[in-house]
Amino acid sequence: MTTQEIKDIFSNGIWKQNAGLVQLLGLCPLLAISNSVVNALSLGLATTLVMTLSGSGVAAIREVIPNEARIPVYVLLIAVLVTIVQFLMNAYVHALYLVLGIFIPLIVTNCIVLARAESFASKNGIRASALDGIAMGLGLTLIITILGAVREIFGRGTLLSGIDLVFGESAKFMVITVIPDYQGFLLAVLPPGAFIALGLLIALKNWIDLRATQKASKPDISGTAIPAI
Amino acid sequence: MRRTLAKASFHTALNLLFFTMIGTALLALTYDLTRDTIARSEENEKLKLIKQIVPVSAYDNAIMKDTAPLVADTLLGNDSEATVYRGRLKTQPSIAVLQAIAPDGYGGNIKLIIAIHFDGRISGVRVVSHLETPGLGDYIEIAKNNWINVFNGASLESHQNKDWKVKKDGGTFDYMAGATITPRAMIKAVHKALQYYRLHRDKLFEDNPNAPPNLDKTKEVKEKRE
Repeated sequence: MTTQEIKDIFSNGIWKQNAGLVQLLGLCPLLAISNSVVNALSLGLATTLVMTLSGSGVAAIREVIPNEARIPVYVLLIAVLVTIVQFLMNAYVHALYLVLGIFIPLIVTNCIVLARAESFASKNGIRASALDGIAMGLGLTLIITILGAVREIFGRGTLLSGIDLVFGESAKFMVITVIPDYQGFLLAVLPPGAFIALGLLIALKNWIDLRATQKASKPDISGTAIPAI
Repeated sequence: MRRTLAKASFHTALNLLFFTMIGTALLALTYDLTRDTIARSEENEKLKLIKQIVPVSAYDNAIMKDTAPLVADTLLGNDSEATVYRGRLKTQPSIAVLQAIAPDGYGGNIKLIIAIHFDGRISGVRVVSHLETPGLGDYIEIAKNNWINVFNGASLESHQNKDWKVKKDGGTFDYMAGATITPRAMIKAVHKALQYYRLHRDKLFEDNPNAPPNLDKTKEVKEKRE
């Protein structure tokens, strides 16, 4: 694999084809778990782990499975991996498992995992697919963490609340109170707030892309035509 | 043509079967490898919760070691054997921690531990595990909300049978708007656990609460000798 290929995989995963902002896959966990930074980051990393494993797993068996049976096999593989991750988290990071609870098994239903298995891992080698899983997972993690931060600040006036559930009671000092004596803003905590915040994030990304293309094309067309995106 | 189709389907089915078997084997292996650790961390979690609801002044024995098995009982909602932890003050029974299951939560079983003073007052209740909707029904967890403290001090004497309901249903217990199924299940389970306690209180503190009375004699003698 060349450096350029690796670069492409990461720029696709984190920016160009971002799972949360561009492909809009995996909306269920994206909206459900992004009510605080700690929840979002933990589930994002768990999803990244599953995607890395499922990517390499699918790439490893892609030559063996008959074409018409591939989707059930991918689903089976993903479900097995998620359940294994669930067992491992329950055993070794029990506090975190209690926080994420029902959302860990729901990684199976996250469309982005199956989508990458079908559209990337089934056509590429093991290493590239594993990297793609990492890149896509990190892209998703980045977005849900930003969403989590925004919603937590507006909804509860804090950042990193619940970190003590992950690192134990001693980590409580890490909770940042951004707005003291905040009364809370229910809309930001509930799913509609997640939709609105996600919409704003998508708009922001498109605006940045638009500006980038405008800048790039300025010397040639001297600011007349704006390419539609 | 038909034959090749049949052959292809057969091939596909075999393939699926093969991967299913590998998947099952992997899961069984992980389950087996993590089972003990998971049981241990759940046990630790339970001990942490028990410490929260049993005041230190209520016992002077090794409460975590003073356990006895509880057979399945509809009042407790358990369908397999559970454990009762028994606290004693100067060898006199003082507090019992029962495990109960509320089977009718919104997401199925809610596993509870309930600490009851000898006189039948609730010392505290905690949720060990549940699958209630995050953000709606999960306020029964102490980590999310203090709601669960509504049970503190309640007893069959302080609350009549008709009081063991959420306020909306004519009872005396508070609940949060948006999720009433969860607190209903909780209140019902706690009420039933108290009834169980009233029926079985004296046997709960014996060496083997499930044994028929006449079999206990030998053990009692042994305890007195110690």
